[in-house]
Amino acid sequence: MADHPHRLTPYALSGPALLFYGLLLGVPLLSTLLLSLRAFDAGEATRTGLSLTHYLAILSDPYFHAIFARTFMLSATVALLCVLIGTPEAYILSRMRAPWRSLFLIATLGPFLISVVVRTLGWAVLLGGQGVLSTVLQALGLADGPVSLLYTMPGMIIALVHVLVPFVVISVWVSLQNCDPDVERAGASLGASEAMIFRRLVLPQIVPGIVSGSVIAFSLAATAFATPSIIGGRRLKVVATAVYDAFFGTLDWSTGATLAILLLLANLLIVMSYHRLVDRRHRARHRVPTAALQEVSP
Amino acid sequence: MRRNGLLAWGFHGLFVAFIAAPLIAIVLVSFTGKGYLSMPFDGASLRWYRALLTAPEFGAALRVSLVLGVCSASIALVLAVPAALALSRWSFPGHATVQGILMSPLLIPNVVLGVAFLRFFTDLGLSGTLLGLVCAHVVVVMPYALRLSLAATGGFDLALEQAALSLGASAFTAFRRVTLRLLLPGLASGWILAFIHSFDELTMSTFIASPSLTPLPVRLYLRIEDSIDPMVAAVSTLMIVGALALVIALDRLYGLDRIFAGRP
Repeated sequence: MADHPHRLTPYALSGPALLFYGLLLGVPLLSTLLLSLRAFDAGEATRTGLSLTHYLAILSDPYFHAIFARTFMLSATVALLCVLIGTPEAYILSRMRAPWRSLFLIATLGPFLISVVVRTLGWAVLLGGQGVLSTVLQALGLADGPVSLLYTMPGMIIALVHVLVPFVVISVWVSLQNCDPDVERAGASLGASEAMIFRRLVLPQIVPGIVSGSVIAFSLAATAFATPSIIGGRRLKVVATAVYDAFFGTLDWSTGATLAILLLLANLLIVMSYHRLVDRRHRARHRVPTAALQEVSP
Repeated sequence: MRRNGLLAWGFHGLFVAFIAAPLIAIVLVSFTGKGYLSMPFDGASLRWYRALLTAPEFGAALRVSLVLGVCSASIALVLAVPAALALSRWSFPGHATVQGILMSPLLIPNVVLGVAFLRFFTDLGLSGTLLGLVCAHVVVVMPYALRLSLAATGGFDLALEQAALSLGASAFTAFRRVTLRLLLPGLASGWILAFIHSFDELTMSTFIASPSLTPLPVRLYLRIEDSIDPMVAAVSTLMIVGALALVIALDRLYGLDRIFAGRP
């Protein structure tokens, strides 16, 4: 940190971005919040003031309970699987040698550049009743008739893990790049096993990457719209698709806005408490410089 | 550099297969001659690519997406770089708050942003306009531009700039010839990441797109919602080819690890 030439310089530099956010993020969100709090007079549909009617209606409806529970389970499962798959993959990639490394990095991160709709469509082809999975299972004698994972929870989980795992790979990869390879070599020369080196030397260094990757995966899984909409369909609604239906299906903007605000609050609550928990633990155990933690927290 | 064992290569093989499977499936399906999604094992056909030629809405959607991506990534970077400089150089009252606010779109589900912008733009009369779409996309891609800008400015050695100043360069020259030059790879990565996120954005755009101004992913999604015919597979295949070309070009230009790791 340098001396500041002027007390106001940092504010002047970040001012344009903050102003833009204020106008194009703050105002629209506030307006949505007001929409969700607006009470309508049923007969005349005129504005009668603020109330929690829409919230109470949603929070007391078992139909919406099921949708929220499903969204949470889906996101948690997807984030966990992404970490379990993405962390070892990033580690393996970081240990590859020159030509292989960049080739497989392309293979791994390339799909990241391909639209979510395209990738989900691919899974729809694979998982459908006429799909490859079904054909293979029948050919192996593992299934009697056509097997379709379309419109099922496992189908949604598989497709979402596919969409989100590159985020974990990237964020772990970034923190692996910041590791000092001499630490690993020192461990090996002192006789530590592979597993011990990974667990005791590498893992503590990449925890920030894993945390930020899993938080992103969780958050994006809870946000996800395309994949649950195409794979889950009308049968397995999640909050995001329920919001869409409220706006474009039933044209009930107030319910849609209320659902959206609830999704936002739930997401904020979970992500922030997760951060706080990991932050505190990590700091206590490893005394990580705060700069690294700032990098991690969104 | 320590080596991977057999187990590691096995894991890696499964991972690559998992990543590639749906993409291979979609490419294969796009060559079917039938009217429904099926594997073209009994003869490949270009029927659905020919059909694409008489469906100009996809070309129009591609143009919208490209314009949107370039505009929003550029604006986001212009806003993010000064903020990143401020955040990485000085500790000032409200430092954490400013950074928290600028990263906050990551915490806001895109579906919520879609709802918010739909209502906001409808009130302002900006609904379905390019200006509206660009503004909304800037908000969504800003955290990505800022994160890589921060990575670049954070790793910047201030002594280099001070050396330029002590050798008689003006503050502007030092910034332009030294600071900006050294930050460039990081900033370019930030721009590319922002562009990708804009190009890929579906959820929010579905809410605010209009029939005459529809980005490619939204066009594709609406088509799929309507009916899954092999034409969507043909469009998808072309998008996969485009993305692959982009990846290879990027890797030649900068090196993928630099782009994704945000390292100079």
